[in-house]
Amino acid sequence: MADPTQWVKHVELYVNSSSTAAQQEASVDAIANLLKNDLLTLEALVREMEMYLTTTDSIIRSRGILLLAELLTQLRSKRLNDASIESLIGFFTERLADWKALRGAIVGCLSLLRRKSHVGVVTDDKVKAVVQSYLQNLQVQSLGQHDRKLCFQLMECLLDRYPAAVRDLGDNLIYGICEAIDGERDPQCLMLSFRIVEILAGLFPGPSGPLADFAGDLFGILGCYFPIHFTHPKEEDVDVKREELSRALMLTYASTPLFAPFSIPLLLEKLSSSLPLTKVESFKYLSYCTSKYGVDRMAEHFETLWSSVKDATYVSPQTNLSTEVGFMSEMGFQDSDIMKQAFVLLQELVQQSNGSFISLILDDEDIKIFMNSLNQYEDFDNIPIDIRQRLHAVGRIISVCVNTSIASCNKVFESFFPLLMTYLGLSVAEPHENSCLAEDYNPPGRLNFGALYLCVEVLSACRYLVGSDELTPIPDFANQTWCVMLHNVSKSLATVFVSLLRSNVAENSQNAYICYGVKGLQNLAMFPGSLLAVSKSTYDSILLKLMSVVTSDINKTFLWTLAMNALVEIGSFLDKCPDSERLSSYESIVVEKIFSLISSDDLTMPVSLKLQAAFEIGATGINFMLRVVEGLDEAISATLSAVYAHGNRKSVEPTIKLLEYYSNKVLPWFHKSGGSEEIPLNFALSIWDKIENNRSFNLDSLENELLDATMMAMKQAVGSCSEGSQEKIINKALGVLLSSNCLEWMKSISGNTQSEVEGLQQIHKLDSFAIRDEWITSLIASIVIALCPQTYIQNGKFILQFFITTLLNGHVPSAQALGSLVNKLPLKITGTPLSKNLCLDEAVDMIFHSCIWTSYNGSTYERGSSEIDLSSLRLCSLSPESDKIHATIGLAWIGKGLLMRGHEKVKDITMTLLNCMISDGDRGSLPNSKHPSLVCNDEDLHHQLMKSAADAFHIIMSDSESCLNKRYHATIRPLYKQRFSNTVMPILSTLMLKYDSPSIRSMLCRAIAYVVSDTPLTAILSEAKKLIPLLLDCLSMMVEDITNKEIIYSVLLVISGILVDKNGQDAVAENAHSIVNQLIELTTYPHMMVIRETAVQCLVAVSELPHTRIYPLRTQVLRAMLKALDDPKWVVRQEAVRCRQAWASIASRSLHF
Amino acid sequence: MNSGLINANPIVYGKKERRARTAPVDVDEYAAEPIDQLEIFDHIRDIKDPEHPYSLEELKVITEDAIEVDDTKSHVRVAFTPTVEHCSMATVIGLCLRVKLMRCLPPRYKVDISVAPGTHATEAAVNKQLNDKERVAAALENPNLVDMVDECLAPSYE
Repeated sequence: MADPTQWVKHVELYVNSSSTAAQQEASVDAIANLLKNDLLTLEALVREMEMYLTTTDSIIRSRGILLLAELLTQLRSKRLNDASIESLIGFFTERLADWKALRGAIVGCLSLLRRKSHVGVVTDDKVKAVVQSYLQNLQVQSLGQHDRKLCFQLMECLLDRYPAAVRDLGDNLIYGICEAIDGERDPQCLMLSFRIVEILAGLFPGPSGPLADFAGDLFGILGCYFPIHFTHPKEEDVDVKREELSRALMLTYASTPLFAPFSIPLLLEKLSSSLPLTKVESFKYLSYCTSKYGVDRMAEHFETLWSSVKDATYVSPQTNLSTEVGFMSEMGFQDSDIMKQAFVLLQELVQQSNGSFISLILDDEDIKIFMNSLNQYEDFDNIPIDIRQRLHAVGRIISVCVNTSIASCNKVFESFFPLLMTYLGLSVAEPHENSCLAEDYNPPGRLNFGALYLCVEVLSACRYLVGSDELTPIPDFANQTWCVMLHNVSKSLATVFVSLLRSNVAENSQNAYICYGVKGLQNLAMFPGSLLAVSKSTYDSILLKLMSVVTSDINKTFLWTLAMNALVEIGSFLDKCPDSERLSSYESIVVEKIFSLISSDDLTMPVSLKLQAAFEIGATGINFMLRVVEGLDEAISATLSAVYAHGNRKSVEPTIKLLEYYSNKVLPWFHKSGGSEEIPLNFALSIWDKIENNRSFNLDSLENELLDATMMAMKQAVGSCSEGSQEKIINKALGVLLSSNCLEWMKSISGNTQSEVEGLQQIHKLDSFAIRDEWITSLIASIVIALCPQTYIQNGKFILQFFITTLLNGHVPSAQALGSLVNKLPLKITGTPLSKNLCLDEAVDMIFHSCIWTSYNGSTYERGSSEIDLSSLRLCSLSPESDKIHATIGLAWIGKGLLMRGHEKVKDITMTLLNCMISDGDRGSLPNSKHPSLVCNDEDLHHQLMKSAADAFHIIMSDSESCLNKRYHATIRPLYKQRFSNTVMPILSTLMLKYDSPSIRSMLCRAIAYVVSDTPLTAILSEAKKLIPLLLDCLSMMVEDITNKEIIYSVLLVISGILVDKNGQDAVAENAHSIVNQLIELTTYPHMMVIRETAVQCLVAVSELPHTRIYPLRTQVLRAMLKALDDPKWVVRQEAVRCRQAWASIASRSLHF
Repeated sequence: MNSGLINANPIVYGKKERRARTAPVDVDEYAAEPIDQLEIFDHIRDIKDPEHPYSLEELKVITEDAIEVDDTKSHVRVAFTPTVEHCSMATVIGLCLRVKLMRCLPPRYKVDISVAPGTHATEAAVNKQLNDKERVAAALENPNLVDMVDECLAPSYE
């Protein structure tokens, strides 16, 4: 047993009103722990606390009782014996009368009553005593908010947990609850009191129970809360939302049918309110109550309900013409919330009423008159907007009736359908009576638009009814009245719809007719075949018509798109509810047609439209797509052979489109829908087959676009294959390569590898190798670019050697392929090391020791920069400059590949590139004499070499679309850009200090600009102080050349990034003067608007710097802004106004007018 | 200032949509976009009415049609419509318009501000006052007036 002195001090601390809340909590926890661990018994505690529980000082007494109650709350899961529970509940019950120390008593009762049965619960007798004491003693509404909340929680707990015990109290209980909740205002307490009434209603369900007598009084209290409306929406009571409270009240209203005589009139009355929210809420409550009260209670209100629904939807509809210009733009009304809720109520009533409500609607005079007056509005354009709204409302009402139940659907068909058909010139009686409608039937004059609209709405509602899954068991639709009627007219109806599409009238005025014609056809085609409503021949003719629109009406964009969409909808419906007969129709009519469309080279339909149609239809189901792809494959292979073998120039463009579609749409679709990789594999293999079979290419070398498109498709295809398939493709490709001329050409070079000079000269001579070889090389490069790192490459060394050779011919894809190779090759070969296998180090060695550049040990800088003294590559000084340029580009891609995987050799490459850039003075040592032909343009070529070395940094730093990215499985180490920038920037900045030659400096600037603009901003910000002067140098250097505008823009973006950042601002403050000068110069940069705009925006950002720094610059900036206000571009002027205002207001309000 | 509002309950109209930035593709870098009506309107539409928390656009004090602009001749004319005929705020509104346009247009421009014909009781007087250089300059020397103008112009810079 614990020593009393130990825990008594906790009691004292708790009771003491001067101790803090945290202390009190700690003391409760301490004592509770003692109790839980049986170091202290409840009896001992109560005995010791006696003084606190009974003292006449009400403050101490209330604290004491509260302590006991809190302790019991903590002991909720500890078993207590019945005797102590009994005596404790007795104590708390008694204390409920003690209004000065009430909280403890309520909390105590609550924690005892909430105990689970296995840890000891309060007996029913005692519960009854609690309730009696509650009813007798508690004046809930005179208490504070928190106490009221506790009281309501206690009542909720009593009703919820002990229904048997409290039920006996009957009238008393209900009366007490009425008293307690009357006039409550607090949202949290209201939530509880609504819940209490709801449970109470569940306790006394009978119509003759005690609640029946009080229902009126109780509802009198609840009624005044409707509708829930917060006048101060942003008060601190965010914990209870309006929606929650409104929902709680709705549940309460609907909790018992006894409320019906009071709630329904109230809600109906509120419908006439002018507040839209009230109407919405009323409809919502009414629909919920309808579902709960049952139809008997509601029957007497049917007429009022119908008239109010009619009022809200038909008489004064609140629809907005939807703003989006879509297919339905002509009748595209958007229902307001009120209307939506009204339709929900309508649906609920129709569903519940078993036919009595629907006859109310069908017999309604207004609706009847409207239906009979439809022929007044034959031409769509003459229908005034309010009539259109009514038409829309009637359409919605009818479709709600139709899609609610089969019975109501039948009734609607019986009363309205014959009339509608008569308007359309048809008869519902027997099918053969309509046979007079020939296939090429043309409607007399103009078709009745109202009837057409309603008819289409009814059809789509029927479809919804058929499609709803709730109807189990599936009823026998085929014998229903509506189905028979529909069956009788479906064929002629289809003819009428088809005739609408045929109209030769100018497209615009017919939009609405065309739109509903297509919609009607679509709806007819989407009835399941089992229904027999639409026969197979009708179905086929619908598909045929839509297909003929797609193939021939290509100039009527609106119609074409609609028909296309309808076909897609029908297709995806088939995919969802397969039906063998329909499926075969669809396949033979639509898919086969599409198939023959793409595979034919019929040029009446543009290729892009063909492809769009093919893809959209294909995307509705995997089987369709497979068929479509088959067609595409055939088409591609046909056009490719036409191009390869016959040099057919006309087929080049369609081929490009086909290939683009393949790589942009089809392959991603398969990738997304998890389709097999067979498609891309077969595609890639078939292209290689094509190349293999056409030994000679009749192609101009100018057809680069076609090559690009093929490469793109190849990359995509290989990229979406697994390793196994990739191996197959690369092996196939290698086979083709080995049998081609490339090999001989390679051999002619590789024989001379060691005698570099001659070898290189030979390459130079061969520099335009045959078109076919170029294709093979490029496509192999594409494969290698897209390979997975795990894919095993046979004959890797050969491929590597091959690419190194082609690279020197200026073949960029080879360079990219080399980059991808070094990026993905495994570090070590596992398993049996074959001599032909390749691992990374080997590959890198091969590349670095190949003939184009030599490994060079020692000081790389002639001018003795000893700090960059490491083993570095050096471009072979013997090779001509043009080859060096190619080699530089190659190095850039290889460097990128290495950098992305974090390989250290990238350092050597960087050094080589830097060496190239500063090699301005080296020219004297070049053995120019060996290439006399090159001397004349040597100056120029050398400049280009330096430039390509600088541009190499762009390649290394920027993300590439064509290779080395996620899609092509590149190995990407995080933060690689940042790391590279951190190593290179210091070197570049020291070099900037060292060299004065303008040409070298401009190259260095170029490189710096590239590196900086692709470095993440966070990395730049930490170095901002050092970088800003460099960047300003860059800008002033590059402004001269118009081709530099993109680089200038990206540097400017970096500067603006620094300027708007808090840390950046600190760094730039001391350079404010030079920054402003440079920016002002750029505000007049004539060649690119965004540069001027960004410069002005940067100046705005500069105005945020400390005043002492920028005040002297003020007049200068303002003068520049006067010029910018007269900029030729609107956007710049706009920014100039802001900038001028920002600078004018930093010191005084007067401006220089 | 008057104790009561001159027009206590003005009619508030909707706002027109803003000009959106055109996408930067295929824009001719060197083509000039002359200053047009809409641009002038954009400058002045958000100026706040001196006595209501609404913009001049919302109160239809200015409309796009009431602006004439000739970029080649560097000339702008704005006619505004006071909400009530006897509005004593007309001069303040006019002053706001003039100050705003002086700050937003290149210095080559001449700005004419006038009350739309027949919409104000003392039309001629107001027009004279608004187009008198000396009086405008003098008004801008008055710190109270400048504060008021700046307050009205503040929303138009956002």
